[in-house]
Formats: sequence, C-alpha cells, structure tokens
Amino acid sequence: MKAEISFILNGSEVNVTIDGHLRLIDILRNTMSLTGTKEGCGEGECGACTVIVDGRAVNSCLYPAHEIEGKSVTTIEGLRMPEHKLSEIQQAFVDNGAIQCGFCTPGMIMSAKALLDSNPNPSDEEIRDALQGNLCRCTGYVQIVEAVKSVAGQIMGKK
Amino acid sequence: MKNFHYIGKETPRPDAPDKAAGKALYIHDLERPGMLYGKIKFSNHPHARIKHIDASKAERLNGVRAVITANNSPEVRLGFLGDNVALKKDKVRQYRDEIAAVAAIDPDTAEEAVELIKVEYEPLPGLFSPQEAMKKGSPLIHETDAQGRPRTDNLVPLRYRHQSGDLDAGKRAAKYVAEGEFSTPRVQQCCMGTAGCIAEFDMNSNLTIWAKTQIPFLAQRDFNRALSDMGLRDKNTRIIVPALGGGFGTGLDTHAYEYIAILLAYKTGRPVKIVYARDEEFAYLSPRQSSITKITQGCDQNGRLTFREVEVLQDNGAYTSWGATYPSVMMMPATSLYRVSNIYFNAKLVYTNNTFCQAMRGYGNPEHTWALESNSDELAREAGVDPYEFRIINCNKPKETTPMGFKVSTCGLKECLQTVAKKLDWKKQNKKGKCRGKGMASLVHVGGGGRIYRSDASGLILKLDDFGNVNAYHGGVEMGQGLHSVLTLGIAEALGVRPDKVFINPLDTSTCPWDVGTHASRGAFMACNAAILAANKLRGKIFKLAEELFPQEAEKNLKKYRKKNPGYKPPAFDFVKEAKKERFDLKDGSIFIKGAPPEPWLSLDLGRLLRAIHFRTQGQMLATEVFYDPPNELPDFAKGFGNISATYAYGTQGAEVEVDTETGEVKILRMVAAHDVGKVLNPRALKGQIYGALAQGIGYALYEELQSEKGKIVNPNFRDYKIPTAQEMNFPIDLEFIETNDSFGPFGAKGVAEPGLVPTAPAIANAIYDAVGIRVRDLPITPEKILSALKKLKASKG
Ligand code: FES
Ligand code: FES
Repeated sequence: MKAEISFILNGSEVNVTIDGHLRLIDILRNTMSLTGTKEGCGEGECGACTVIVDGRAVNSCLYPAHEIEGKSVTTIEGLRMPEHKLSEIQQAFVDNGAIQCGFCTPGMIMSAKALLDSNPNPSDEEIRDALQGNLCRCTGYVQIVEAVKSVAGQIMGKK
Repeated sequence: MKNFHYIGKETPRPDAPDKAAGKALYIHDLERPGMLYGKIKFSNHPHARIKHIDASKAERLNGVRAVITANNSPEVRLGFLGDNVALKKDKVRQYRDEIAAVAAIDPDTAEEAVELIKVEYEPLPGLFSPQEAMKKGSPLIHETDAQGRPRTDNLVPLRYRHQSGDLDAGKRAAKYVAEGEFSTPRVQQCCMGTAGCIAEFDMNSNLTIWAKTQIPFLAQRDFNRALSDMGLRDKNTRIIVPALGGGFGTGLDTHAYEYIAILLAYKTGRPVKIVYARDEEFAYLSPRQSSITKITQGCDQNGRLTFREVEVLQDNGAYTSWGATYPSVMMMPATSLYRVSNIYFNAKLVYTNNTFCQAMRGYGNPEHTWALESNSDELAREAGVDPYEFRIINCNKPKETTPMGFKVSTCGLKECLQTVAKKLDWKKQNKKGKCRGKGMASLVHVGGGGRIYRSDASGLILKLDDFGNVNAYHGGVEMGQGLHSVLTLGIAEALGVRPDKVFINPLDTSTCPWDVGTHASRGAFMACNAAILAANKLRGKIFKLAEELFPQEAEKNLKKYRKKNPGYKPPAFDFVKEAKKERFDLKDGSIFIKGAPPEPWLSLDLGRLLRAIHFRTQGQMLATEVFYDPPNELPDFAKGFGNISATYAYGTQGAEVEVDTETGEVKILRMVAAHDVGKVLNPRALKGQIYGALAQGIGYALYEELQSEKGKIVNPNFRDYKIPTAQEMNFPIDLEFIETNDSFGPFGAKGVAEPGLVPTAPAIANAIYDAVGIRVRDLPITPEKILSALKKLKASKG
C-alpha cells in the first residue's frame, strides 16, 4: 500500500511516498539518506535508532512510517548548529570522552537531548533512567552520564 | 621524568566530533552503485547429513540475482586448521552452518528467497558437551581432517602444556591446599554495530572488500587464498576498513559470511553486501569461548605458594577459530600471576555440535583468572591468611623471569594491590547486620604486543605536505578504543607538531603498511612505538635539509622583520654557522636552533621549510616509513615457554557488594580498579577503556550467558541476553593508574585494552563470599545460583 505522507524533518517540511510496512528508520536512513540514525537491533531493545518525535525520544525502528504524518522529527543531523558547530550536548559528549566506537552515540545523544529539553536539571538517577534504553558496549556509561551532567550544570548556571 | 607536550594531557579524540554528528560511516551506512544484498541460509540441525538442497524456487523469485550452494560454487576453506568451508556440502555440524546464500536487489527479496530454499537432512546424533564428545565411541563430528586423513576421536589436534619445577615436591611442601572446578559460559561480544561487509570485483578480477575486521592484512592473505580456491590465481584483495561499531575480538578472524559475499559478488559481477541482523549476530557470529578449569594450589604455613596444577577442558564447537587458542593466553596467568615455581598446566579441546568460538577481549585470560583468583581466595582463607596479604606475599616483582619465561621489565602489581586495599578500606570491618562484603582479584596480561604469529610488527608511513600537515598511514584498526587518538598524540609528541596537524588516513591495505592485527592490547603500544621511530627518521631528514635552507629562510624573515620594526638590531647570533642538523629542534610545528635567542624570525614554520625543500630544482617531498617489531618471542605453546610480550600489564580490582539473601540479587556498592599502565597517554580515553571493560566484566560476572539448548542459541536478542545498562552501572568506580614508565613502552606506556575486564568477575565473587560465605564456581553468578548455594550452606550448618 503506497501512501503520501508529509512531516517536519529537522525543521523542514518533507513529503515522501511510503510503502505500508516501512518503519520511520527506513525513511530516515534510506529515503532521506540520513544515516546518522543507527540500527542496532531493529527490535526496540538497544536505542541506537532513537530520534525525537514531537519532543519525545522514540525508537525509530519500532515506529511505523505512516504514523509520522503531520509530526515533527528531529534526528542527530538536526542538532548541528549553524556555522558548522556541534550543539551543546554533542560537544559535551566529545569533551567528556563519552564516545568510543560511536555507534550508540547518535541515539544516546537524542535520548539525552529529549531529557534535557523536558528537564533541564536532571539528577543522576533521572539521567540513568532516561538513558537505560540506550545500550552502549564501549563506555560503561560513566563518561556519558558525566557529559549529560555537564550540560545540565551549564543550563543551570545560565539561569 | 620527561616532560611531555601532549602525552598525558586531556585531548578530545579526533574522531569524536564526526561520531557525535552522526557523520561517521559504518558498514551499515555504505552503499555501492548496483549493489546487491546477500542473505545466508543456515542449518536447521545441529548435526545432520545434507541429503538434498532445492533452491529452484528461490532462483525463480523476482529480484534474485544469484543463489549459491556447495553444489554450484567452488569450495573455499576457512579457519586456521582449515576444518571449515564457506558452504557446507555433505554435512552440517552446528546450527550456524551455512548451506546456501542469495544475492537479490533488496534485503526483503533476499530474505524471502532464503525462506524458499528447501533442505532435506538426515539427522545424526548431536554432541553438546565436551565430556560427552570425548567419550569413546562417540560419533565423529569430523570424520576426516582438512587434508582428508581419517580421524578417530573428537579431540582438536592442538597442544597446550606447561610444566615447570617439581610438582610433587611442591605438593609435599604445601601445608594448605585448595582445589576447585570453575566454569565460564560462552558470551557474545555485543558490538552495537553488527558484522557485515561489501565485496566487489573489478574487471581484472581483483577484489575490494569493505570489511569489519581487526586484521586487514591477515584477512588479505585469507581472501587471496580464497580467490585462488575460486580459480582466480595471483589475484589480489584490497581491504578497506570503515568505522567499526565495536570490535572486542569479533574481527580477529575472517568469517564465512565474508567468503559468501565474495562468492556472490564474483558470480553476479556486482557489489554484494551482507550485514547481520541482531539475531544473526547472536546466533551466527563466533562468541567468546567457554571453559571448564580444574585448579589446585597449595601454600606453606606462611602463605607462600608452593604449587599450581591446572587442567582446562574447552568445548571447541564444530570448527576451529581463535577460540581454540585461548589456552595459549590462559597459560599466562597460570604461570605468571603471583610467584609460584612448581606448575603443571594442560588444556584439552573437544569438537562438539555447539557454535564454534572466537576471540573476545581478554582472550582466555578472564576465563583463567576467574578460576585462579577465586581459588587463591579459597587457599588464603584455608591457610588463615588475609586474602590481600596472601596476594602481597606472592606478588610478582620487577625484573623477574616467570616460569613461562616472561621477562618482566616493570611490575606495578604490589602498588595496585595496595591501592585497592586502601581505597576499599580493606581492613575496616564490614557493616554489621548487612550482607556486605569486599573482594579483590588481580591480573597479568601482555602489555607490549603479543607474538602469536611469525611477525608481531606494525608499519607506519608519515607523509608531510606543503602546509606542515602530517598524513599518517597505519595498519592498526580504530574500532572505538581510541587508537587514532593516541597515535595522533604520539606523532605530535615525537615529531614536534600540533595534534590538529596530524591526519590518520582510513585503513586500506593498498595504502597502509602491514600490521599483524589489532589484538592483544597491542594497538597503542605498537602504533606509538612506530610513531617514535618514524618521527625520529623524519626529524633527521628535516634537520639535514634545514642546514642549507634554514639560513636562507631566516635571512628572508629577518628582512621582513626589519621592515616592520625599523631600527631593529638583531642579537649577535651566527645562524648560518649554527645551522647544524644536531642543533635543530622542532616543537609545535616550528623549527629553531637550540639555544638561539628567542627572536620570532629565528623560528621557522615547518610548512614554510617544507615548501622551500619542495619548490626548488631537484626539490623533494618528505615521507618516511618504519616497521616496528617489538622485542618479544613466539612461544612454543606445547612446551608453554617463551617471552610473548615486550612488557606485561598488571592490575587489581576490588568490589564491595551487598547480597540480598531473599532474592539472591547482588548489588555492587562500589568498584575500585588500579592498573599498571606504564604511562597514561590520554587520560580520558584511558579511563574510558577501563570503565567500558569493567562494565563488560560485570556482565560476565553476573548475568551474561549465550544460552543454548542442544546446540541452538535460545536467547539471541537483548531482551533475553542482558548487557549492563546505565542503570546497572549505577555505582561509584574509583580508578587509579600506576605509572611504572616501562622502558619498552612508547613514552613508557603499556597496552591496557583488555585488562579492565580480566579480574572483575573473581573480585565480585570474592566479595560475595566475604558477604555471605558462599562460593559460586560457575559464571554467571545469577540470583538462582546464589539462592541454591545459600540453601546448601544453611543445610550444611544444620
Ligand atoms: S535499532 Fe531500534 S532499538 Fe535497537
Ligand atoms: S560508544 Fe560504542 S557502543 Fe557506545
């Protein structure tokens, strides 16, 4: 079943034709060539495919493409700032040594971003809770949590 | 101690920004024009004869471009014993045996086609434990060896043995003895980026393969051999390594899926991509080898070890890959962790109808250290010696030669033990009323390469351009561990340029020099040693040419400087006479004469000098290549002797736990890790290595197990196979690095990629014993095992 859908992708409206069984991740990676979103399991178990839909972190591998109609999607590619700069949370991952192989990184950053957007000053517990659906085999999560905390601290400081 | 410019300073990894932006390209992200998608049909039986394969329906499916089986394609052998073939012809020996494969225009079509392939089997009795498979009269898993000679049993023809001192005398000298049998399960490496490759032929029948590998140059040899099996004699393979979504040992061998992609690409004349889905990764990629270890140790009345006796039994699975060589590493702790002079070590490997195994971080060392350090704790308690004191009494020392012939250069084990004891408040009583306890365990591992092949070398090419940039070509694989980060710092430090002027090129066998592979914690040690050699050569060349060109350029500088600063009087310094190669130095990308007055015009930008060298008659571009082969030796593993590494890494980890006696849950309250790393190269990257390894060690200790029922993997997903999440890792980890400044180490550093997970499980197990008095001997230490041990303990106390 082919259908036309339109949605906001990283701030711009896009129209795509989809096939019935496609998932959001397929649209992002294949149709839109946004390969920053990773597929680590395809079963909602690893979080590598995390993107933000209408402010909430979701697993794009479980998200039926047709349900994206009219919604707003942010992927890792949408976080980059003007003038070729990383966003605050991305830079925090770089600076805190939170990135090793990097395969979990885009999903991890999207989960962290969704958390910080809704809760600018999360506790350690809240950070770990928000990230528990994102598996990382390389880092042991220590420096990832530190990275998220460093941004939380900054936002606090700005207030 | 030497003052370093970049080494030891916090520097973000060069690859991190792209990874944070989602711009790093993994095999999953790569496409080639006209690319087809390959999919493999695996066996439905653990042990059976293949009666008939019917692929006709698959061949007729729209969008299918090729279907291959052993019947229509050349036999390609794999594995270091050659006991495996890419596509199985007469018999399957495990569930993951490859029977057929399809190339189609999209992944869905390929999957559909694979389902249409029908195979008729004649089931054979399966053997699922080494004990069963060893029994006389057991059916043979391999009737013949790779050369076609008949086999009479299921033993793998590999010998690992060590004998030193006088075991009987050691036993007689022992006042206390502890013995036990310990086991470890198969576990999956769980790279977040699954395995995959793209194979493509050019019209000269040379192969290019984008491979998720840690051994590009050994893979080149393997694939060239396959090309020749395919009748493509004297053809070559070029291997390109994309960003890796983790390695952890998965890339240390070549895999059947790669050979299958090659066969499909040749047959179709188009690029073919095969990428494993997560369930395939769990079920069809070689996991960590399991082990059963019987260990007995004895000590005298003072707690000094008098002997150690070890028998290892390994379930080899159906074919032979590097899992079969774990005993070569098990020997290392068996002979060289703590001082003990009367040792016997023997390992047996048996073919079964289980999945065969491969490398994973630690490679036999966590398996053996699990047995050894659990047993050491038991022995210490038996002898009435504090387990920490026991380890101090038997501690290794710098400059000693171990029974296996390891020449220990530096050894920080004592400092590691002391650090852990201190940080863990070892002497403080456990809190009353709570089931809390503390435990520790130590390790030794190769830290200066590991010669397991004729060459343990690593090549490096440095090429300078007109702008003072350094392009590096290195054969080591960046798989997330941070190799490029330390190589960048090593080059910057040794050559005298800023790290942002160093560019590490993508790994491609056609441009990068040979390296044996990124294993054995050797990456940083090799790369940085090569960087020092190469930088010294390059500095020699630059300084020689500067004798002629520096004065000329400095003269020009001075003229300009005078114009800008009228009335300027240069200090008395004869830079023409002083421009001697041994007087030059290069720092932060500037060349100057040592001891010269600090005038800005007397310091020359490297790029400027390089342009002067380039743009003149008989001009030159500078590059250099080195091949660093460390001072170590290839051991004789059947005799268990040889100095395998140039230096050895030591460490101790400690755990404090609380055991819930109702549920059997173990809560880790904190962990302490002290590692002898030689020298810290990049602090954050190093911490990341230890934190990450430690998390894997915790999974190994408490819950990870690739479960199989009659040879079939039954938990091939992250729901049923749990790895630590941010929630599980919710406890303080206190790291301390002991810097022993090893003379063989680049800038003093030792390899540390693997040590972080080696002693984790026994440290936790020892803490559990301390807390509730039970010893679980089979990993993982699940709540069920704890509850059943507690029950037994209660019963025995009456
Ligand atoms: S790929 Fe979506 S959760 Fe793993
Ligand atoms: S950085 Fe490799 S999985 Fe997280």
